[in-house]
Amino acid sequence: MLKLEARPQPSRLMSFASPLLALAITVVIGVGLFVLLGKDPVRGLQMFFVEPVKNLYGVAELSVKATPLILIALGLSVCYRSNVWNIGAEGQYIFGALGGGWVAMQAGASTEWMGHFYVVPILAAGVLAGMFWAAIVALLRDRFSANEILVSLMLVYVADLLLGWLVNGPWQDPEGHNFPQTITFLAQTKVPRLVQGLRANIGVVVALAAVAGFWVFLFRTYRGFALQVGGLAPAAAKYAGFSSRGALWLALLISGGMAGLAGALEAAGPLGQLTPYVPAGYGFAAIIVAYVGRLHPVGIIFSGILMSMFYIGGELAQSRLGLPKALTGVFQGLLLFSLLACDTLIFYRLRSHHPAPHPTPAPRTNAAAVTKGA
Amino acid sequence: MDGLALLLAATLNAGTALAIAGIGLLINERAGVINLGAEGLMLVAAIAGFATTVHTGSSWLGFGAGMLSGAVLASLFGLLVIWLNTNQVATGLALSLFGGGFSAFLGISYVQEKLGEQPQFSIPVLGDLPFVGPALFRQHPMVYIAIVLTVLLAWFLYRTRAGLVLRAVGESPESAHALGYPVRRIRLAAVAVGGAMCGLAGAYISVIYTPLWVEGMIAGKGWIALALTTFATWRPARVLLGAYLFGGVTMLQFYLQGNGVHIPVQFLGMLPYLSTVVVLVLISSNANWVRANMPASLGKPFFPGS
Amino acid sequence: MTLMTKRSLLQLSSWTTIAAAAALVGCGKKEETPPPAAAEPASAAAPAPAKPEPLKIAFAYLGPAGDHGWTYAHDTARKAIEAEFGDKIQTSFVENVPESADAERVFRDMATQGNKLIFGTSFGYMEPMLKVAADFPDAKFEHATGFKQSANLRSYDSRSYMGAYMAGIIAGKMSKTNVLGVVGSIPVPEVIRNIDAYTLGALSVNPKIKTKVVWVNSWFDPPKETEAAQSLINGGADVLLQNTDSTAVLQTAEKNKKFAFGWDSDMSKFAPTAHLASAIINWTPYYKKAVQETLDGSWKGSTATWWGVKEGANDIVAISDQVPQDVKDLVAKTKAGLADGSVDVFKGPLVDNTGKEMRKKDEAGDDKFLGGLNVYVKGVEGKVPGAK
Repeated sequence: MLKLEARPQPSRLMSFASPLLALAITVVIGVGLFVLLGKDPVRGLQMFFVEPVKNLYGVAELSVKATPLILIALGLSVCYRSNVWNIGAEGQYIFGALGGGWVAMQAGASTEWMGHFYVVPILAAGVLAGMFWAAIVALLRDRFSANEILVSLMLVYVADLLLGWLVNGPWQDPEGHNFPQTITFLAQTKVPRLVQGLRANIGVVVALAAVAGFWVFLFRTYRGFALQVGGLAPAAAKYAGFSSRGALWLALLISGGMAGLAGALEAAGPLGQLTPYVPAGYGFAAIIVAYVGRLHPVGIIFSGILMSMFYIGGELAQSRLGLPKALTGVFQGLLLFSLLACDTLIFYRLRSHHPAPHPTPAPRTNAAAVTKGA
Repeated sequence: MDGLALLLAATLNAGTALAIAGIGLLINERAGVINLGAEGLMLVAAIAGFATTVHTGSSWLGFGAGMLSGAVLASLFGLLVIWLNTNQVATGLALSLFGGGFSAFLGISYVQEKLGEQPQFSIPVLGDLPFVGPALFRQHPMVYIAIVLTVLLAWFLYRTRAGLVLRAVGESPESAHALGYPVRRIRLAAVAVGGAMCGLAGAYISVIYTPLWVEGMIAGKGWIALALTTFATWRPARVLLGAYLFGGVTMLQFYLQGNGVHIPVQFLGMLPYLSTVVVLVLISSNANWVRANMPASLGKPFFPGS
Repeated sequence: MTLMTKRSLLQLSSWTTIAAAAALVGCGKKEETPPPAAAEPASAAAPAPAKPEPLKIAFAYLGPAGDHGWTYAHDTARKAIEAEFGDKIQTSFVENVPESADAERVFRDMATQGNKLIFGTSFGYMEPMLKVAADFPDAKFEHATGFKQSANLRSYDSRSYMGAYMAGIIAGKMSKTNVLGVVGSIPVPEVIRNIDAYTLGALSVNPKIKTKVVWVNSWFDPPKETEAAQSLINGGADVLLQNTDSTAVLQTAEKNKKFAFGWDSDMSKFAPTAHLASAIINWTPYYKKAVQETLDGSWKGSTATWWGVKEGANDIVAISDQVPQDVKDLVAKTKAGLADGSVDVFKGPLVDNTGKEMRKKDEAGDDKFLGGLNVYVKGVEGKVPGAK
């Protein structure tokens, strides 16, 4: 029978292979689902893995989707490596959109001198707003030991409702026929695009820069090292004098800031206004992105692209093949499940265990027979 | 006065699903396992229950289907976190996300379905009393079952040997293991039963509370139920009270709107979540309180070999 | 651990992935149309001489096609034009398209896939459709309930307030508590018009009526709609109207043995005893017109069409037998009046619920007034949320 046997040390090979294995499992189950729904599985797979990257337009759309995921996941990777369980990235994303959106709405004749650099204060406001929302979580955990999972999660709902109030009330476009939306942001505030005609914007550049920055922070700085030790071995960290409070605040502020940045980029970029539909679930999907990317900046690029393919593929599968949109959620959940299951192979080996064979009886000697008795 | 009685009735109704899910999660957490997948569990159970009721016409069979699907999914979760020792937070989240997508997927052909005529319930004699009659005694049986379940759980946890063992596993699995108890199997049992309760709550929502199916219909109640267990310092009776409180706040926002109170509707909507945070802070700030109440091994993996 | 092992592993996995991808693409080449350029050069309206290519038409729905409300009404019309035009057209739809940045991608994909007539059935698609319309000048875009147009994008809407008015007449006669309830979606002029028309219709037969309104802040949220309906009933309302997209309100009314109306589609089968009538929208006449104009080349953008009872876009159907014959006759008479213009729902004297005069005696309720209506008429309790 098969048994799990602890490895003497974690397997490097499985560390890389595990996400790929998880993807393979997800694809296999996906094919099964396609067949169950009576659709051609090859075409189904094409929708998810080929169509989104077939042309430049597709790649640009992929980047639009992947950028917020990667940005948020980078911040979350720092958090999770420090054992701080920030589940409220969605709320920090919304707050970042609110902050960035507010600055965008102030644009007018008086700010024209800034030209396209107006984007900088917009993004900065997003970062600060996201940090603020995460700081609440940090404060409550620091001062009151309140569990950050539940607090950050509750704040997601609060942020969403706040957005709803603002776009229905004080921030509503006076010319908008009472629809719940703000004004469409002026052209000046638009996040500059990379290529004319495509939606890919400088967010891609920001994301890549962030990947580099986070890699340096995590693996080349003292602070980053201290954070990781704090997560892996809190007792050792304390002994070494690494402040767990400092780690808590740093982790939450970083992840809040990154989520806020993503929110502001989205608001001033593809959306161009604030509506009740700002929350797109990126904050939660980014959790999967962070995990599947092994909490490593470079891995996160790949998992971010993969997740975006699931999103866009799901849309295409619906509009072209009539497959239900719900498949995207199924695949995303399956991917994380399979990853978690496969991850155990990093720490354990599958071994087939045969019960120990019966010891062959020793050849009888007269002495043995005598000592054994009758 | 009549309006107030009806508000009370609506509160009881709204709180019931939360209470049942909260009881289930309490069982989980008392054994030391935190299941963040409650929302996903409830969603899958909701569609399972709804579909079963559509095909069989019986809401009780629907409840059964909900419980079964909840138990199965939770056991899957349990196998991962208890035997493979995967991270409880991440696995729970995966379950939540998967449950959301999977339920939407299963429910596609059920969006236009409707259930049959729902009978009106009223306890004889008690149901006709002025005020308390309509307020308390004209509910669906599940409302009363929730109360019974709470009492049963309290009795089980504090007055039976099995309950003691469960709590021991939650406080110190190593000691329980040393005493010879099959810690992992007990945890799995707790997770499965807890999942069945969450499933029952999910099925109640789709079969009785809002008798139809639409994706995402649990709308965060699973997460609120998770908050409830902390809110209630892991005690069954407090879970019930907390559930009614939250249910009441949800209904209150409509009551206030209908009576011309002009607080923006979104702020009223924030009340359940803000109050959870407030309570969390109050409870957690007292370290002694937390230590006295929270199962010590909550969220931590258990390795029998070590 | 050595860099070499990492690199070779990376190489191995990249080669396998490339191989797999090539296989997928290779398998697909024979089926997929080649990736089209951004702007289509040829005009698609003129049919080819020998064998005309069917006109490809695409619909974007906000909710599920089976919601039995708003989206269902659009989908019913889609099926009707399929039946009417046969092989000349080919329709497809995408449901659950959110009113967010994703919408643009959906519309763009529809246009890239060769759809020449594209319907966006919700207000929130306005900006994305405008952007995509600009990039695909020879595709035609139809936007429901919007207010911005362009050379190849036009708006269309229905006078649902007429259906609400007729429902109000029935409600005024059938209510025993003289309290009506409305489950409101989002406080935009269209919904305010409907609430006002409902109340005006009821008041015209029963001056003692008052209306309570509860908002769920969403077009489609059955659990919340249920709670809202329940709280209205708890507050004394016994005839409910909804402006939301599901059957939850009707089902709640049924459970409580009160009355309610179906909205956008015929919802009678969901509540055999509670259902009084359904105020429906029939998009088929307009869709037929749009398709015909596209086929014969007379389609013109930049217009806003607002059809009502006269054109067959709005109606009240499935009036229950619980409604007395004289009320049914009154409704029929009103319907005829709405059709020929002799009945003007918002004609003065019209006063809002703070006492301010909105329309003088015999002053017409013209489209401009209707378009900006955002206050409750006398008889409705409360204030419109967010109104200044």
